[in-house]
Amino acid sequence: MKLHEFETKELFKREGITVPEGKVLESIDQLDRILNSLKGPPWVLKAQVHAGGRGKAGGIRVAKDREDAFKGVAELLEKRLVTAQTGKDGVVIKKLLIEEFTPHMGEYYLGITLDRSKALPALILSTRGGMEIEEVAKEDPRAVSKIWVNPLWGFSPYKAREILFGVDPMPDLELHPPLEGLFRKLYEVFWKYDCSLVEINPLAILEDKKFVALDAKMSIDDNALFRHKEFGEDHEGKDPLELEAQSHGLSYIRMNGDVGVMVNGAGLAMATMDIIKLAGREPANFLDVGGGASQEMVRKGFEIILKDPRVRTIFVNIFGGILRCDVLARGMVEALSGIDLKVPMVVRLEGTNVETGREILKNSGLKFSVAQDLKEAIGLIRG
Amino acid sequence: MSILVDQNSKICIQGITGKEGSFHTEQMLLYGSRVVCGVTPKKGGSFFKEVPVFNTVKEAKRETDCDVSCIFVPAPFAPDAILEASDAGIRVVVCITEGIPVLDMVKVANAIRGNGTVLIGPNCPGIISPGKTKVGIMPGHIHRKGKVGVISRSGTLTYEVVYQLTQAGYGQSTCIGIGGDPVIGTDFVFHLKEFERDPQTQAVVLIGEIGGSMEEEAAHYVIQNRYPKPVFAFIAGLTAPPDKRMGHAGAIISGGKGGAQEKIQALEEAGITVIRDLSTLGETIRFRLNSQGISPDL
Repeated sequence: MKLHEFETKELFKREGITVPEGKVLESIDQLDRILNSLKGPPWVLKAQVHAGGRGKAGGIRVAKDREDAFKGVAELLEKRLVTAQTGKDGVVIKKLLIEEFTPHMGEYYLGITLDRSKALPALILSTRGGMEIEEVAKEDPRAVSKIWVNPLWGFSPYKAREILFGVDPMPDLELHPPLEGLFRKLYEVFWKYDCSLVEINPLAILEDKKFVALDAKMSIDDNALFRHKEFGEDHEGKDPLELEAQSHGLSYIRMNGDVGVMVNGAGLAMATMDIIKLAGREPANFLDVGGGASQEMVRKGFEIILKDPRVRTIFVNIFGGILRCDVLARGMVEALSGIDLKVPMVVRLEGTNVETGREILKNSGLKFSVAQDLKEAIGLIRG
Repeated sequence: MSILVDQNSKICIQGITGKEGSFHTEQMLLYGSRVVCGVTPKKGGSFFKEVPVFNTVKEAKRETDCDVSCIFVPAPFAPDAILEASDAGIRVVVCITEGIPVLDMVKVANAIRGNGTVLIGPNCPGIISPGKTKVGIMPGHIHRKGKVGVISRSGTLTYEVVYQLTQAGYGQSTCIGIGGDPVIGTDFVFHLKEFERDPQTQAVVLIGEIGGSMEEEAAHYVIQNRYPKPVFAFIAGLTAPPDKRMGHAGAIISGGKGGAQEKIQALEEAGITVIRDLSTLGETIRFRLNSQGISPDL
């Protein structure tokens, strides 16, 4: 789960990492009161959306006076922001963060992410902040320093020396102790909140050598949300069908095509979407009912597919393992009996209890074509 | 021969009395696997289908000399179960459990490093050496004893691949589901090395997916070591959009990294045959192996 900038900053503040004073706004009516409570002008207006590239896309503005602030909010709030990461439709800006402006003399990058292949958290520092870290790494690799910390060893002081002395240009020596302190805090936050990423970019260095996190990013591991009730559920920007599926333990992602897909298992579901594309069609969704789905989950899955008006063909591809084919067939019959299915449906069943499953479907009176294998299924989908 | 597990493997089921654990223990026994013990705290001294149940893995190991464990413990308790198995000296630990917090696995993976434990998973279907033993949840009947080694990040997609191999006349030496999470115990390279040494294995199939860099690392290993056996690969997720978690915690294209196209390119540059159309996998492998003089398993 990705946190918004303002949520991450609230959390940083609690953990003792300095951030600019700011308030969140959801309606322009709140602006007057917010501006009165903040130092300024100038103020900074920041769109709160889950997408990178906000700055370049015009989602961050500096307002030089009150009039400018009102104009900026009117132009951003409830408008669509299209960034390099959102796709052409963009995302609607529902919230703005209004902050005091922070004059500063330098910008750094600090981040911690999980290095999957080393199975260790990687700490990253760059003295060229404010840019995409991947770009800096490409253009000027010496300006990026990276270390790995073994959690069983902990963040020992030599690790801080490795990262601080390993970057060129190097921060002034008097900045080393506070930077070490900040990294240590960030490292604690990373573990405490089960992060897959925590990032400060840019970190502002003020005239008096103090630091302020001007931007803050945090992603929480979905698998760990059961022990982080403090984050609640984030429904923003999510498709209603995705939310419905989620509440039933189904993994559903909306896509752009018109072939509704139901598969068991993530890998097979991805491969099935790829096959549909090879057949010259586009999937309407990714739907993984899971390796061990119940009859009820299968029924729910069908209901969700049928609620999508774009669906012109349904493709069921089940390889029974833990989910037995007879369970799938019963769920399917339960969901579809009584419904006058207007679109063709292709069913491919294989694996555990496949004979019983096929028998149940055959005797159900449902209309569908059976594919013996994937090759046949592709032919039927192509139509 | 086969790798990691065979008919002599003595299996311990951690979480044997739970819903999943008991169902799959029965399935493993039906397949002929030597399940010699189970562990469920506070149920020590009882039996599940004639399999003795112990309170701790240490006790189970002492009494039965089990060397392989299979974990069906719920996610919040599974990291502890892996550590317990490793500490008790279990050689191969297979963790089926899905949904373990990634940072718990970071600690576990680093803790058991150097302990001599091979961890398979988590979030995996397990290992099967067809005709010998099955340690996991895969449907046994689609497999057949033979000469192809299979390494996969997926579950049901592996069944599809195995099924096509079997239909094409090629059996399997060992099939390993290494798991769909970002941090798992073993990678493609580890098992490529095992298959390299295994005389029964004459070809290897890798089943990868988007996310991470394991496929690229496998490609690198194959080139660097002039891998002596033909290698085939299939990568799921060509059409997956970035920044969306595709069911598996590990299957996500983030920061522009981990896309299927780059993986396919790296694999092909290593001389690995990448099959793009899953529906033709079995016949493609049959054709290629036949032309290299590796005949089907009769």
